[in-house]
Amino acid sequence: MCTKRSGWVRLLYYRYLYPCTGEENWVDSRTVYIGHREPPPGTEAYIPQRFPDNRIVSSKYTFWNFVPKNLFEQFRRIANFYFLIIFLVQLIIDTPTSPITSGLPLFFVITVTAIKQGYEDWLRHKADNAVNQCPVHIIQHGKVVRKQSHKLRVGDIVLVKEDETFPCDLILLSTSRDDGTCFVTTASLDGESSHKTYYAVQDTKSFNTEQELDTLRATIECEQPQPDLYKFVGRINIYQERDEPIARPLGSENVLLRGATLKNTEYVYAVAIYTGMETKMALNYQSKSQKRSAVEKSMNAFLIVYLCILLSKALINTVLKYVWQANPNRDEPWYNEKTESERQRHLIRAFTDFLAFMVLFNYIIPVSMYVTVEMQKFLGSYFITWDEEMFDDEIGEGALVNTSDLNEELGQVEYIFTDKTGTLTENNMEFIECCVDGHVYVPHAICNGQILPGALGIDMIDSSPGPDGKEHEELFFRALCLCHTVQVKEEETVDGIKRGIHQGKGTSFYISSSPDEVALVEGMKRLGFTYLRLKDNHMEILNREDEIERFELLEVLNFDSVRRRMSVIVRSGTGELYLFCKGADSSIFPRVISGKVEQVRARVEHNAVEGLRTLCVAYKLLTFEEYQDICQLLETAKLALQERDKKLAEAYDAIERDFILLGATAVEDRLQDKAADTIESLHKAGMKVWVLTGDKMETAAATCYASKLFRRSTQILELTTKRTEEQNLHDVLFDLSRTVLRQHGSLTRDTFSGLSNEFQDYGLIIDGATLTAVMKPDQDGSTGNYKEIFLEICRNCSAVLCCRMAPLQKAQIVKLIKFSKEHPITLAIGDGANDVSMILEAHVGIGIMGKEGRQAARNSDYAIPKFKHLKKMLLVHGHYYYIRIAELVQYFFYKNVCFIFPQFLYQFFCGFSQQPLYDTAYLTLYNISFTSLPILLYSLIEQHINMDILKRDPSLYRDIAKNSLLRWRIFIYWTFLGVFDAVVFFFGAYFLFDNTTFTSNGQMFGNWTFGTLVFTVLVFTVTLKLALDTHYWTWINHFVIWGSLLFYVVFSLLWGGIIWPFLNYQRMYYVFMQMLSSGPAWLCIILLITVSLLPDVVKKVMCRALWPTTTERIQTKRKCLNVEQSTIFMLSQTSSSISF
Amino acid sequence: VMASGYSAKEEDGHHSGALGPAGGAAVRSRKPDNTAFKQQRLPAWQPILTAGTVLPAFFIIGLLFIPIGIGLYVTSNNIRELQIDYTGTESSSPCFACSQNYSWNMTTPCVCSVSFSLDQPFESNVFMYYGLSNFYQNHRRYVKSRDDSQLNGNLNSLKEPSKECEPYRTNDGKPIAPCGAIANSLFNDTLALYYNDPNGTETQIQLVKRGIAWWTDKHVKFRNPVGDDSNLTAIFQGTAKPVNWQKPVYELDSDPENNGFINEDLIVWMRTAALPTFRKLYRIIEKNSSTSPTLPRGNYTLKITYNYPVRSFEGRKRMILSTISWMGGKNPFLGIAYITVGSICFFLGVVLLIIHHKYGSRSSSADLTH
Repeated sequence: MCTKRSGWVRLLYYRYLYPCTGEENWVDSRTVYIGHREPPPGTEAYIPQRFPDNRIVSSKYTFWNFVPKNLFEQFRRIANFYFLIIFLVQLIIDTPTSPITSGLPLFFVITVTAIKQGYEDWLRHKADNAVNQCPVHIIQHGKVVRKQSHKLRVGDIVLVKEDETFPCDLILLSTSRDDGTCFVTTASLDGESSHKTYYAVQDTKSFNTEQELDTLRATIECEQPQPDLYKFVGRINIYQERDEPIARPLGSENVLLRGATLKNTEYVYAVAIYTGMETKMALNYQSKSQKRSAVEKSMNAFLIVYLCILLSKALINTVLKYVWQANPNRDEPWYNEKTESERQRHLIRAFTDFLAFMVLFNYIIPVSMYVTVEMQKFLGSYFITWDEEMFDDEIGEGALVNTSDLNEELGQVEYIFTDKTGTLTENNMEFIECCVDGHVYVPHAICNGQILPGALGIDMIDSSPGPDGKEHEELFFRALCLCHTVQVKEEETVDGIKRGIHQGKGTSFYISSSPDEVALVEGMKRLGFTYLRLKDNHMEILNREDEIERFELLEVLNFDSVRRRMSVIVRSGTGELYLFCKGADSSIFPRVISGKVEQVRARVEHNAVEGLRTLCVAYKLLTFEEYQDICQLLETAKLALQERDKKLAEAYDAIERDFILLGATAVEDRLQDKAADTIESLHKAGMKVWVLTGDKMETAAATCYASKLFRRSTQILELTTKRTEEQNLHDVLFDLSRTVLRQHGSLTRDTFSGLSNEFQDYGLIIDGATLTAVMKPDQDGSTGNYKEIFLEICRNCSAVLCCRMAPLQKAQIVKLIKFSKEHPITLAIGDGANDVSMILEAHVGIGIMGKEGRQAARNSDYAIPKFKHLKKMLLVHGHYYYIRIAELVQYFFYKNVCFIFPQFLYQFFCGFSQQPLYDTAYLTLYNISFTSLPILLYSLIEQHINMDILKRDPSLYRDIAKNSLLRWRIFIYWTFLGVFDAVVFFFGAYFLFDNTTFTSNGQMFGNWTFGTLVFTVLVFTVTLKLALDTHYWTWINHFVIWGSLLFYVVFSLLWGGIIWPFLNYQRMYYVFMQMLSSGPAWLCIILLITVSLLPDVVKKVMCRALWPTTTERIQTKRKCLNVEQSTIFMLSQTSSSISF
Repeated sequence: VMASGYSAKEEDGHHSGALGPAGGAAVRSRKPDNTAFKQQRLPAWQPILTAGTVLPAFFIIGLLFIPIGIGLYVTSNNIRELQIDYTGTESSSPCFACSQNYSWNMTTPCVCSVSFSLDQPFESNVFMYYGLSNFYQNHRRYVKSRDDSQLNGNLNSLKEPSKECEPYRTNDGKPIAPCGAIANSLFNDTLALYYNDPNGTETQIQLVKRGIAWWTDKHVKFRNPVGDDSNLTAIFQGTAKPVNWQKPVYELDSDPENNGFINEDLIVWMRTAALPTFRKLYRIIEKNSSTSPTLPRGNYTLKITYNYPVRSFEGRKRMILSTISWMGGKNPFLGIAYITVGSICFFLGVVLLIIHHKYGSRSSSADLTH
């Protein structure tokens, strides 16, 4: 290593002399004393800091605080709180219904939730204990000591052996390997199963026995724990005898994270820096911000309406009660006197009366709706994970549901933001060609070992280069062999990207987190230059003459998505210092000072149009002085504890300039299976698909054409830097909007069908730079409404391509659309870490379990193996979930209107005395058992249209767009239907009871029979209403619907059949049986059910016949087909048995 | 909803616990089962409500309901019913005097008689009801003011009636039996019916007071308390009679099977009516011979022992004589409703038929070519 001691010392001195300079804020850092050993006196004050131990606590509760804490958590939910208040009111004041009616359901809900959460917490406790008690090896006084994991403390030196998992976040001190590296798989953290190399601190890598480690005196200063897995800033100070301490920078390559596993390395020694709940893994499992679905929002709006209805009902009745009671003979007739206490406190009584009415009508807001909705979401989401069609054999995984709260949102998507690489495309790279100084080279073999005709390894397309070209050519190949972070993995197969390099004995693979690199290195191999390995910091290359060339790897300037390039600095065998750089053309060309730029640029553009991914390669020769400056620059930046990234970026920018262009490569990334078909379907379903990519415009556009996002007929509108250079942004924007709006105006006039293909459809291409300009807040007045114009243009384009996007810009775009004035539902889908921000931002985030690790899948709401599965996810599952939950919500309100409105009407006939119409048992069980299961089942398995039709005909998705089943109009229809039914029930019974008898023995019925009659009609009507809405009758539906009706009858018989000893009233005794013994009661029940169901049936049939929706048309059509099929293909159907 | 826990043990690094079914490596690692249920492909009947399918149902409902309705209507019309209002608020009414000077503690009962005539004979069993209007038996305070366990013969409840009975729970420190507002306000007019023979003699008509209450009420729900002594008087020792009653509960009837809590008048009254205007079965006039009608055409006198005050709350009292069919008393509602609904269904059926022919075939054929 180069000696830059002087620089370090200077820096440290600087810090000691000016400790208060604001440059680095030391409050945000911690000091770790390795092995708890004090540094030599005089250097620094030894201030042992207190850190938490390594105990992992993922459980929420302890044995003691479970009850209060869990109850508190549960009652923080507004619905539970509401029911608690109702319950308390019932307990405190004299209310018509017993506290049991609301207490029991509430108790049930609370208990079930508590048991579930308790069980989950118990599991967590168990897991915690298992983790906390597993043994770790700690070096104490030069000996290995076994300890339980939770006793590990910051500063302990830990010994980890192969295949063990790291117990906390560690700084790697030394390894069993001489070069101080170790391999680690972080599969459990981010899902990347490829092995990553971590590096020991150079100055401690020799300390690789216990005894040696005991002599190590060093401190680590690092930032306080933060959740980013890929960021770490710190520095180690190593104290040697009487010397100034040596300071070394620490980066994320030195940090072994808890949860990762050591591979292919016998053992490592490392020091704990973050323990327990402060490890990056623990910090990463904080809950994500919760997303709420549109349905939930509608539901809350409906609830508020019902709350208003409830309040107004209670208020009306209270006022009427007092008006009615103004006459003392009504208030207190001789037969019904009040007690002394009831006569007093007039004002308070009015309020308690109001509360009593509230209690009487409170069932209109059903506690069970929340439970049912939650159960529906939870259970329903299993259908996604169970779906066989969304299972990918290749990676052996099916779809994943990370949150079940958004199931129905999948049926409401209007905008899809998709990543390109790995999402639309395979991310399975294949080297196609390279171009050196304008000469094109194509390797003769395709990766799978098939040999294409061609005698030589290299196919010269253009004229052969001169001797100078030859030199450039080899330099180009060497550059590609050196400028990468590919590892060579021998024997043992790994799950990552694997390609065999047959080298006589054994099999080796190239592994890298970037598939492009693997493709390039492999391409080079086919062109004659084989990268062998990195050994002792030397990269070995087998050249065309089968000679091994060794290059010393001096620095790696890693790739990042902002810079979009990476560089290496190597020293060749002859001692020359090279800086090789490869990167996107846009980030290379501006830094090039010589080379055949024009030819290469032409070739790059040509390839990009073909849809190939292009990279440019450049180099520069460094003098030793230049190299030293670079070293210093880098070290300074790396040593910084604060804003290291920014400083590094600045350093890179300074280093990576004045290149000589070598050439360019082209790698093909094939489209994913059925990507085009999926995009087409999504388009037909009325969704707007935006592609957000970091790729260059030409490549991205080619992919868009290939995936049918753009058609040949699509008129492309460009909003790119190229155009804005010619014209200013203002004019371009107005131009485009004029073009689009002209079309739009004529569209609304001429065609209203929305589906016709006759009008021009537009595609917009915008790049990152222009987007920044558009999004920029106004400096002067004229630029203020760029955003609006841009949105207006976007709204009228069927497809938008945003290229050259930084990850944050992706999220920005999603946000822009999300908060535009229509508030459309957005979905973001991507596979890489760069998509996480937009996945988190969008209403629904979908992750593809891709090759670039699992970060996207982990942060998503749903994860699918392939892009093509999105089609079924949205068109089938989303559609189903939406219609299911929409019906669930509407039906719940409907059935409770039916339930409570007769009770409201009854107040007018009982002197507003809050007399309940139904018996307590009926009040309690109506929502819990008589009418709960059918709707739950409906909301789980209803299929209004067959799955295959939904997939075949994506336009059906438009039928449910914009939350169409939960519009106010439909909500009001359901509510009125409920009121109508309630009126029918009540007055039907009223006229039957009206001052006459309806038994054949002349005996009379009382008020409880009246209520039971209404209730019986009610239960049958609401259940049959659901039966009429059910389009998919499996045996389970039959069982549940008829079963719950039967249950009602059996329960009523039982409830009225016995004198219940624990009840202090026997008002229901034989009421139900007596009612059934009367013929007119039966006739009345049948009549009232018929009348209640009639309007809805008529409305449905009429609408279907006169104004059918697409869905209804398809249903009818299928029915016709079915009739034909059943007659014609009777035989064939019987042969194809369906597994049950 | 999602809990934020995690388990470090899991290899895949996904949320465990929590609501999502994501957890569990077992689920992920293997292919989902190909069962019809899990793949949402259970065999199912998929009915659709179209004009075509609903049409027959409408016609059938129409064809069924109209005859039923006609039958009900005719039955209802054949029922004889006579109502006599004897409240006595009008000065011309024979009971005016009784209704005017009224107090609970009258020693001599006020008797008034109302004459009426039947134009047509009542053939079968005749049921005699008393009807009250504007009497809120369904008022909440009233409905709950009873003690079912006391009425069921529970001795503890006899001595210690339920709090629900307040303010009719105790009198002078003694528990009231039966307690509560309902029992306290027991209807206590006595109605007697006389047939004025054309020859001038007045014969009292036999009124049966058994069988007016539900059998289950009389035999199960209501029971007299059973003590060491079989004598009801002794058992009810130490209880007070309801304030408004003239006699204690054990003197309601001379018949031991109809005395005490199992007195059928009491049981009938204790079944609170659903609506403020109601009638309750009072007596049954049984048909004696198969040849003569139960109540032949002619003049009758209703003699009322007027005890029950209704003037204060503007109530009315009626006596109703009614014959009963299988569908109970006179009530044209069901018949009319059935006829109306049947007709509407039939009419809708016709409308749907037209729609089906005009639109149904067109749209489906258009779709098929589409």
